[in-house]
Amino acid sequence: MSGNGAEARAAGVRVLLVDDEAAFLETLRKRLARRGLTAEIAMSGEEALDVLARAQEIDVVLLDVKMPGLSGIETLQRIKVAHPLVEVILLTGHATLEGAVDGMRLGAFDYLMKPCEMDDLLAKVFEAKARKTELEGRAAGGGGTP
Amino acid sequence: MFDRHYYKSLTRSMVLTVFLVSLTPLALVSAITSYQFHTSYKDRVNAHLRELVLKHKRNIDGFLAEKLAVIRVLADLIPESRFRDPAALQTILKSLQDRHHGAFVDMGLVDAHGVQVAYAGPLRLERARYAETRWFREAMRHELYVSDVFLGLRGSPHFIVAVRVRASGAEWILRATVDFESFNELVESVAVGQTGLAYIVNNQGEFQTRPRREAAVGPAEMRGILARASEGAGRGDFSPESAAAGIRMSQAAVALDVIHGSAGGGDVLLLTAPLKDGAWTLAYQQDEADAYESLYHARNLSLFAILGGGVGILLMAVLVSNRMVNRIVEADRERDMMNEQVIEAGKLASVGELAAGIAHEINNPLAIMLEEAGWVLDLLDDEHLRRHESHAEMVRALKQIRQQGGRCRDITHKLLSFARKIDPTVKPVQVNEIVRDMAALSDQRAHLANVRISVDLAPDLPEIPASPSELQQVLVNLINNAIDAMERGGELKVSTRLEGASVILDVADSGMGIPKANMARIFDPFYTTKPVGKGTGLGLSICYGIVRKMGGEISVDSVLNQGTVFHIRLPLEEARA
Repeated sequence: MSGNGAEARAAGVRVLLVDDEAAFLETLRKRLARRGLTAEIAMSGEEALDVLARAQEIDVVLLDVKMPGLSGIETLQRIKVAHPLVEVILLTGHATLEGAVDGMRLGAFDYLMKPCEMDDLLAKVFEAKARKTELEGRAAGGGGTP
Repeated sequence: MFDRHYYKSLTRSMVLTVFLVSLTPLALVSAITSYQFHTSYKDRVNAHLRELVLKHKRNIDGFLAEKLAVIRVLADLIPESRFRDPAALQTILKSLQDRHHGAFVDMGLVDAHGVQVAYAGPLRLERARYAETRWFREAMRHELYVSDVFLGLRGSPHFIVAVRVRASGAEWILRATVDFESFNELVESVAVGQTGLAYIVNNQGEFQTRPRREAAVGPAEMRGILARASEGAGRGDFSPESAAAGIRMSQAAVALDVIHGSAGGGDVLLLTAPLKDGAWTLAYQQDEADAYESLYHARNLSLFAILGGGVGILLMAVLVSNRMVNRIVEADRERDMMNEQVIEAGKLASVGELAAGIAHEINNPLAIMLEEAGWVLDLLDDEHLRRHESHAEMVRALKQIRQQGGRCRDITHKLLSFARKIDPTVKPVQVNEIVRDMAALSDQRAHLANVRISVDLAPDLPEIPASPSELQQVLVNLINNAIDAMERGGELKVSTRLEGASVILDVADSGMGIPKANMARIFDPFYTTKPVGKGTGLGLSICYGIVRKMGGEISVDSVLNQGTVFHIRLPLEEARA
């Protein structure tokens, strides 16, 4: 089935889940792991930045917009400064498009409305990973060419 | 809500203020001018009366002086012996009567013993003895004498003019009787108005002429007045010379008294002037009401004018105040309506915020629940669990949970998209999209009301410039109204089509319809046929406002008990004023 193809693609995709809901994080991590993705979790924006600083190989960040402390948008800004190649997908409970549009302008790859379907989520993550790979390749190629 | 008494007292105070402010200067000016007019007019009337009395005083003094002078001239020129001859005396009398219009009645020569030695006249008075009479004694003491009026021997009122003559070694008195009637006429001719009355009194207050009516003052009172009037006035012998001097007298010689409460009832003006060097007094009386008649007439006229003006001002004040208070009532009512509108808008906003808050808070637990269900489904994928007899049932149940969770998510998302603040930003809008969204949002409610919603959308509809939020609001309002109009369920059809340069959006229901009587008012703010607390009466007026703002039109067709169609025409181009 397509599941096998997905799994094949999923191997090596490293995801960081950022949300203040522990139960949501844990379950989502398990489900992603079951589909072959390596998922780290962080309960806040600050923690997410710590994890990113430690584990350089994170490809995609799934970032909740509404969190106590550092908000999703602020976290996104800092991620983009410190790790410009890491792709960020916003998870929003708000239906206000303004928040999503702001996020997109700040460099988010896309946004998803909470609660979201697993299939939608996976599709977005793979797209993000693909773009990151493409950008990395271009960056490396660009670096090699005088 | 507003106190009737408040408006009543407001009206009252306004009426009072307008009335007083308008009337006070009027009354003040009237009072001042009428006082000025009053005094100056009285002065003028008084001066006129004084002048009149003075003139007549001169006339009467002149009359007396003339009579006296005539007798004196006769006494000077004609020898005493001629007077003793009755025939000659008769001739002289005849001449006097001819030249003086019958003023002289008779003539006589009286010797020092008071015996009339010669007489000419209508009576037989030869040898009459006057020795004991007062006039004779007075005449003997003075050179010239005019007596008081008395009845005398003949029984009719008359007075005597006498001159003392010295001849043949003895003193004689040449006397003539002056007819009272002609003298009376002279005095009576002094009359002004209805109540003017002139008469002559002597020092004792006895009448010297016969007044037509009763005098205002009795003899005793008159004596008092005379005593005051003659104070300081010299009391010499009356003579033509003194009369001539008297004629040059000023108005001051005339005294003016006001007699209160006379026999006639009202106040009476009494003017007195000394005659005959103070021996007589010319009195002239006139009722004040008569003398000042035109003054009182003017006063009454101005009082009437003030009264009429006051009534007019009062009417105007009442009219103006009522009109102004009505305006205020209207303005208050409008303000209340505005306040209500603001409150309603505030309520709607807070309800929207509440809905958004709830929807947002539900999303997180919903996400967790769906993830958990998904995780269990993932686990059930394991080989050894697949063999379990209840595996299929568990998968079915979990899928059901996931599906219903999905429905909840749809609802909260729709709720959020509706409840967010109305954004008036205009951008190109695909009407069909909004119609579909709103139809879907209302589907649950329609289902409960047993209403079937169908959409009939024209393909390839161009985008129009509009605010999506506002257009959503219009559609939600119209759809909700339509569902409310179908109490027993029915069909709700939303259709779009292109017509000329406009997009036409129709919302048709198969409900109860709108009665003709209500048709004109359905777009009025706060007009509602729904029970209290159910409808705000704002929905259609908001729709109307939004559509008009977009340069569009909204109209309605309705057939009672068959249904209602709202037509909205939205221009393709932005056509704002």
